[in-house]
Amino acid sequence: MRRYLKLLALQLRMSIALGAQYRWDSLTQGALSLVWTVLGLVPLYVALHRRPAVAGWTYEQALVVVGWFTVLKGVLDGAVNPSLILVVEHIRKGTLDFVLMKPADAQFLVSTARFEPWRAIDLVAGTAILVWAFHLLGSPPSAAAIALSVLLLLLAVAVLYSLWIMVVAAAFWVVRLDNLSYLMSSLFDFGRWPVSIFKGPVRFFFTFVVPIALMTTYPAEALLGRLAPGSAWVGIAGALIFALGGRFVFTHAIGRYTSASS
Amino acid sequence: MRTVTAYPTLLRIGFASAVAYRTEMLVWMLTMTMPFVSLALWSAVAADMPVGRFDQKAFTAYFLATIVVRQLSGSWVVWELIQEIKSGALSSRLLKPIHPLVVYSADNLAAIPLRALFAAPLALFGIASGGAAVPHQPHLVAAFLLSLFGAWIITFFVMVIVGSLTFFMESSTSIFDIWLAFFMLLSGYLVPLELFPSWVRSVADVLPFRYTLGFPVEILIGMSSDADIVRGLAIQYAYGGGAAALALLLWRTGVRRFGAFGG
Repeated sequence: MRRYLKLLALQLRMSIALGAQYRWDSLTQGALSLVWTVLGLVPLYVALHRRPAVAGWTYEQALVVVGWFTVLKGVLDGAVNPSLILVVEHIRKGTLDFVLMKPADAQFLVSTARFEPWRAIDLVAGTAILVWAFHLLGSPPSAAAIALSVLLLLLAVAVLYSLWIMVVAAAFWVVRLDNLSYLMSSLFDFGRWPVSIFKGPVRFFFTFVVPIALMTTYPAEALLGRLAPGSAWVGIAGALIFALGGRFVFTHAIGRYTSASS
Repeated sequence: MRTVTAYPTLLRIGFASAVAYRTEMLVWMLTMTMPFVSLALWSAVAADMPVGRFDQKAFTAYFLATIVVRQLSGSWVVWELIQEIKSGALSSRLLKPIHPLVVYSADNLAAIPLRALFAAPLALFGIASGGAAVPHQPHLVAAFLLSLFGAWIITFFVMVIVGSLTFFMESSTSIFDIWLAFFMLLSGYLVPLELFPSWVRSVADVLPFRYTLGFPVEILIGMSSDADIVRGLAIQYAYGGGAAALALLLWRTGVRRFGAFGG
């Protein structure tokens, strides 16, 4: 376990060094992700500001969802996506062999291969949106609500990561899949609104198949102190199922890897 | 002259390669889900009462039309250009006795029939859902097609402009991201321009972004008056011509500086 923590620290340090080397690029990327965050707020502002609640959400409450969405997006773009895009590249070139030969868990190695540290700015922006939302609401969340919300957010990260590793595992069967990760990212965009604004089959899809409800709506509801009692358990169960599923699919998929030479 | 006779062949080549990579193209097209994200929000908002001229059906028609227009006037030349300039692959294009921009344009235009095939179900669904007063008078159809082509011209040449900046600087990708950010906001992609405060709308009217998307969309769903259309087309083609001139100028100065790094 300690060995893996050391490895993680090492991989992180290398990514930071890489980011510092191209610092101008890192800075513009960071500034741009801030621009995208602000842009994402525009439709919400035009649609909900000073208007009656929509599907049970007022402007301020919906802002809480956007806040958690921004935090999760920072995690996704900063810690999950870069490594996994690299895996697809490895598979295509056949260089995954070098990773598999190393004396550590393959899934751990490929999922920590690359971080984009400047995406941390999204974490800051998301937190700022949350603070702003609660400033508008006029009452700070209780300590218990914050704890539950953070717990649900950690579960959300687990679900997010497991979903992405399953997508990557698909690359062992179909090689040209780098654009599939873009597809997943654009699906994730639906998480910026509370799930209750979706209707019918779309809502079913976003609750059970790609559970963005679990990822952004539940943590927001927890923070607002209006999470339905059973939901936390649903979240924990969902995260477990997805995590085990991700691990299972990945280990099976890697068994199918034949490297580029054979 | 040679260009004119070669163009049909170039289009055929472009079409063939679009067909060859059809799955990839389909996945790329599926990534354009942003209008659906907006649609979900707006139809929930309009469920109780309409917003301005827009009720739920009008929002559905509007956002489906944005997808259709974006598919039919889209281009990806900026990525290709940046990548080829950086890798030096452009030099092999420069050797050919035909202007590279002509080849790029044929590539991009030739993909449109296939994109139309993908976009058609959406368009039909939009019409069937009954929200849109799709124009069928000949002069409106002609105006729509003109505006669609105008949108393509602006998009294509702005992409060439940004791509050509790679001859002079490193971070032209970020510049295109900035263009995209403005596009999202001021073209009517995220929010129909009508729903903005009037001062934002008048700013959007004079900037080029609206003419790459919102303007054709409004014609398609029958929301613009004849006077608006004439004025819009004039502005659109003025921007198109300006963008083309600037693109050619930048291209010419840029190619002189091009050192074919390692290519």
